[in-house]
Amino acid sequence: MTAPGAPDARPRRGVRDAGPPPRRGAGLALGAAGVLALVVSLAVALTIGPADIGVGDVWSVVAAHLGLGTSDLTPIRDGIVWQLRLPRTLLAAVCGAGLAMCGAVMQSLLRNPLADPFVLGVSSGASTGAVLVVVLGVGGGALSVSSGAFLGALVSFALVLLLSHTLGGTTDRVVLAGVAAMQLFSALTSFVVLTSADAETTRGVLFWLLGSLGGAGWTDVWLCGAVLAVALVVCLAYARTLDAFAFGQEAAAALGVSVARTRLVLLCVTALLTAALVSSAGAIGFVGLVLPHAARALCGPGHVRLLPVTALAGAVFLVWVDTLARTVLDPREVPVGVVTSLIGVPAFVAVLYRTRRTR
Amino acid sequence: MTGQGVGRAVGVVVGPGEPRGEGLRAERVGRRADGRLILDDVVLAPEPGSTLGVLGPNGSGKSTLLRLLAGLLRPTAGVVTLDGTPLGDLPRRTVARRLAVVEQHADTQVELTVEDVVRLGRIPHRRAWASASPHDERAVRTALERTALADRAGRRWHTLSGGERQRVQIARALAQEPRELLLDEPTNHLDIHHQLDLLALVARLPVTTVVALHDLNLAAMYCDRVVVLCAGRVVAGGTPADVLTEKLIAEVYGVRAAVRTDGPEGRPHVRFLGTLD
Repeated sequence: MTAPGAPDARPRRGVRDAGPPPRRGAGLALGAAGVLALVVSLAVALTIGPADIGVGDVWSVVAAHLGLGTSDLTPIRDGIVWQLRLPRTLLAAVCGAGLAMCGAVMQSLLRNPLADPFVLGVSSGASTGAVLVVVLGVGGGALSVSSGAFLGALVSFALVLLLSHTLGGTTDRVVLAGVAAMQLFSALTSFVVLTSADAETTRGVLFWLLGSLGGAGWTDVWLCGAVLAVALVVCLAYARTLDAFAFGQEAAAALGVSVARTRLVLLCVTALLTAALVSSAGAIGFVGLVLPHAARALCGPGHVRLLPVTALAGAVFLVWVDTLARTVLDPREVPVGVVTSLIGVPAFVAVLYRTRRTR
Repeated sequence: MTGQGVGRAVGVVVGPGEPRGEGLRAERVGRRADGRLILDDVVLAPEPGSTLGVLGPNGSGKSTLLRLLAGLLRPTAGVVTLDGTPLGDLPRRTVARRLAVVEQHADTQVELTVEDVVRLGRIPHRRAWASASPHDERAVRTALERTALADRAGRRWHTLSGGERQRVQIARALAQEPRELLLDEPTNHLDIHHQLDLLALVARLPVTTVVALHDLNLAAMYCDRVVVLCAGRVVAGGTPADVLTEKLIAEVYGVRAAVRTDGPEGRPHVRFLGTLD
């Protein structure tokens, strides 16, 4: 490095030449492309399915329900589009967006590139909470499935953070603590579901452990959509604060961030969002791990862009994964979590490999 | 002024004509953790615009003192004030607009460019939803230029050498537009060229600087004043020439040394001769 002499002698435009290109326009273009990709994905996914309904018919059903015309399809076929396919596709988008954003926030807050609601056992905790309410009737009707899931998510999150803290708090330890929590809560979930021993048992275990969008209804879409909207606003408000965590908590504090409050708010928001998604679609894994990394490659590490881009990418991703899951073994259905894991595990290994190399 | 009595609290006197309570001051601060006294009765009032070195053996409380001055730790006795207001009464954001910190060893796994890192320094100045103002851009550019990093703005953090990383952290701190800059052993792990380079840069900055240092000769070369900590207490304070004596080095470090005043600008130069055993 040369001695810093006469800084004014340097050409001013050196900064702009060497720095990254101005990103404002690029960011908007990326956002627009993302929204377009999502709309197209939703529209195409809607027309794919076992029931042979033509593209035009699908569109006329949607148009009719939106009050933009009439459709002459039978009520059954109308129902397939409006009561099955559309809520399912929309829930896939909401779950993908939510899980991906949770992953991005957790990764930055915990400074851990492997953080994800599934890997850290938060999804499993939410499953256990939901199952305790649904199957065992814990709370005596006063507790809804979602609030049970929320409590479960908080408990498992707290457990993982406590455990990893006592283990030394390094990246690997957090993940190990998460694996422990995931195994524990998955076992609890299986146990609770299997003790109920009715005909739906096996399907129930599959749903809660691997996730499925098969049971999606409009209630799920509205509930998860609303929670996602709130979480998105809160996380965006904290976007710049999350940037400050790049060099750790103490560096963030030195940049004027109140670390304890930020952690509390964002961990609760991600737990709440995870809980809402899990109670509607089960524990779908690895979406929160993969998409933030892909999004960072697209738009850089600044959270003001990263969070919306991650959410859009997650939405598009899960819409297509779910389409694949319900068509690849037609007429049978692959649990969506199986497909996300098949994609997610190699990504997990790749990230692990990269963190090993940079250390 | 000199203060050589080991165990006696010694302050660094405010410069002439300086109103009391101006700038950053530690007033008889102490810190106790797990029943152990880490810092005791420390008085510090760096003269605005000057460079104050904090010296002392490992575990003497240098890092703790800097974290107390930064408001990252609360003192268990005494008070740290900024223009007369206790740090604890100020919002963290207000403090971060006034006072910047450079850690001993900052690292990240996030793929950031030099400019990204320097931009972090604007966080305390920006509102949650606002985009960067022309003033933000100017502060970032000035910080890059002052640290001679303007031509490396697009370089990736993880491709930088240790010396470059510390320089980027200083640029980030300058982007905060602080009046006080605190550095915790910023020259650790740097080769000698980068040590001199970095401290020359720090000493030239027009801000009040408090820098913890291991190396007595670096402190002698670049600090206007130094304080020496030993077992959590200030045992000496004053100009390097006043403080860095053979007697003090023997008492505090247990090292035999020969001190000559043939350093740059007649500053003291310490030659170590061996341990006192």
